[in-house]
Amino acid sequence: MLRGLGKLTWIEIKIFLREPLGAIGTIVVPVLVFVVVGRAMTSRSQTLSMSNFARVGLPVMASMLIVISAVLSLVTIISIYREGGILKRLRATPLRPQTILSAHVLVKLLLTAASLLLMFLAGKRYIPPGVHPPIVSFTVALVISTWSILSIGFVIASIVPTARFAQPVAALVLYPMAGLSGLFVPVASFPPAFRLLAHLSPMNYAVSLLQGIWVGDPWSAHLADVAMLIVFFLLFTALSAKIFRWE
Amino acid sequence: MRPVIQVSGVRKSYGKTVAVAEASFEVNEGEIFGLIGPNGAGKTTTMECLEGLRKPDRGSIAVLALDPFRDVYKLQNRIGVQLQQAQLQKRIKVWEAVDLWATLYQKKTADGDRLLEQLGLTDKRNAWFMNLSGGQKQRLFIVLALINDPEVVFLDELTTGLDPQSRRSIWDLVRGIRERGKTVFLTTHLMEEAERLCDRVAIMEHGRIIDIDAPANLVFRHCPERSVVLEVSDPGTAERFKMIQGVESVERNGNRFTICGRGDLVTEVIHCLSEDRVRVTDFSVILPNLEDVFLKLTGRSIRE
Repeated sequence: MLRGLGKLTWIEIKIFLREPLGAIGTIVVPVLVFVVVGRAMTSRSQTLSMSNFARVGLPVMASMLIVISAVLSLVTIISIYREGGILKRLRATPLRPQTILSAHVLVKLLLTAASLLLMFLAGKRYIPPGVHPPIVSFTVALVISTWSILSIGFVIASIVPTARFAQPVAALVLYPMAGLSGLFVPVASFPPAFRLLAHLSPMNYAVSLLQGIWVGDPWSAHLADVAMLIVFFLLFTALSAKIFRWE
Repeated sequence: MRPVIQVSGVRKSYGKTVAVAEASFEVNEGEIFGLIGPNGAGKTTTMECLEGLRKPDRGSIAVLALDPFRDVYKLQNRIGVQLQQAQLQKRIKVWEAVDLWATLYQKKTADGDRLLEQLGLTDKRNAWFMNLSGGQKQRLFIVLALINDPEVVFLDELTTGLDPQSRRSIWDLVRGIRERGKTVFLTTHLMEEAERLCDRVAIMEHGRIIDIDAPANLVFRHCPERSVVLEVSDPGTAERFKMIQGVESVERNGNRFTICGRGDLVTEVIHCLSEDRVRVTDFSVILPNLEDVFLKLTGRSIRE
């Protein structure tokens, strides 16, 4: 059924790392943001009690950057593969379509986890004292979030006509979504219309889940977030299965 | 001979555009069968229906006694496919592509390294796909099409965009595929390619197949005219040429004559020359080819 998944995933990882700009953009930039902003804040406010942003906001923001660049990169890759006839060539083998897409999701999830690990290693000093983030749980939460939000990527990749439009269209969808996600301003302070819009985006639940897990909430406190992320995943996956074009 | 491909009454349209209006033909085991015609004639659509990539609106197709659309995965294990204008990942290495393809098939596959060697790609094993030349890419696609030791190989516009030298070496490779007992189904808009490579061709135009036969038979049936061009030292013989049986016209340009006719024209001309002991300084025979057949059948040149 999923014959070739392992090999295709491994090849796609190697191909991804062979493109220096793409690899730097997706892995290094979020880590840099975390380190640079973290350093700026710790040097200025060492004696003050930690602001809420340094404690929770920054790591979650950097994590969401990882997610967004994963989605952007997925949309770009899929549309380039379609435009260049690569998807069509792969489809003319016994390779199942779902195997091709699964391989790309796997690559993104692995890279997300790797970026996060790198962020923890590089930014260890900027995690405020007294905060002991549950690294494993946080990684799991991020992988779940990425998985769910990637499914939007498939919907976007299904709609955009050419690779040239893929990245801008995806950015146009994702950045406003990030703005409404409660990452910068609490959702409760939005006007009602925006609040409703925020609840219709998976990013909202991802941010809530990540923030909670970071400060040590038990998973049981965030079952609703996880459930919503799964619902969005199923919804968008079903939608993209309907509208996805191979050529 | 057993037919390995049977196509009957196939029609396929995209919206209002009819790509294939009516296609019916059979391909026998072990032959190189060419679908020829100008760009936009419906060749690729027909081929993609056979490969299970498209579902025809009407008609029936059997490839190796399987329905290409319904049994697509079963069929894909037994056929090899080269698509027109296909690409691979820019930075995939040659050996990685071969290795990946080899794991995709359920049956035992051909030896990838040997195929690479046969197609002259051994020293490109570690090259990225994007750094290969056009000819090297096409040869890699042939390797990938042969990796599962297929019973039928589909080649779509295989040599388009290649230089004459690469084209010739790829023709040799295709003949090699036939020698291994495989059936080859190819499309081309190059009449020279069809003439040199194919055992039989189907001429397609505007989504219809207008004739099917061996290239030589098509030429013989549709274009029986022959021309002899010769140069003689004594132009006085012109009147004699007009008396030759089967001659339809004689054109003169200085000492140069072009004699057109049908039937056994060449023998008759030679006979006449030797009987009169005419001194000939130049002599050539112009035979019609598939291009002329196409012009005759459709009223237009295939290059238009």
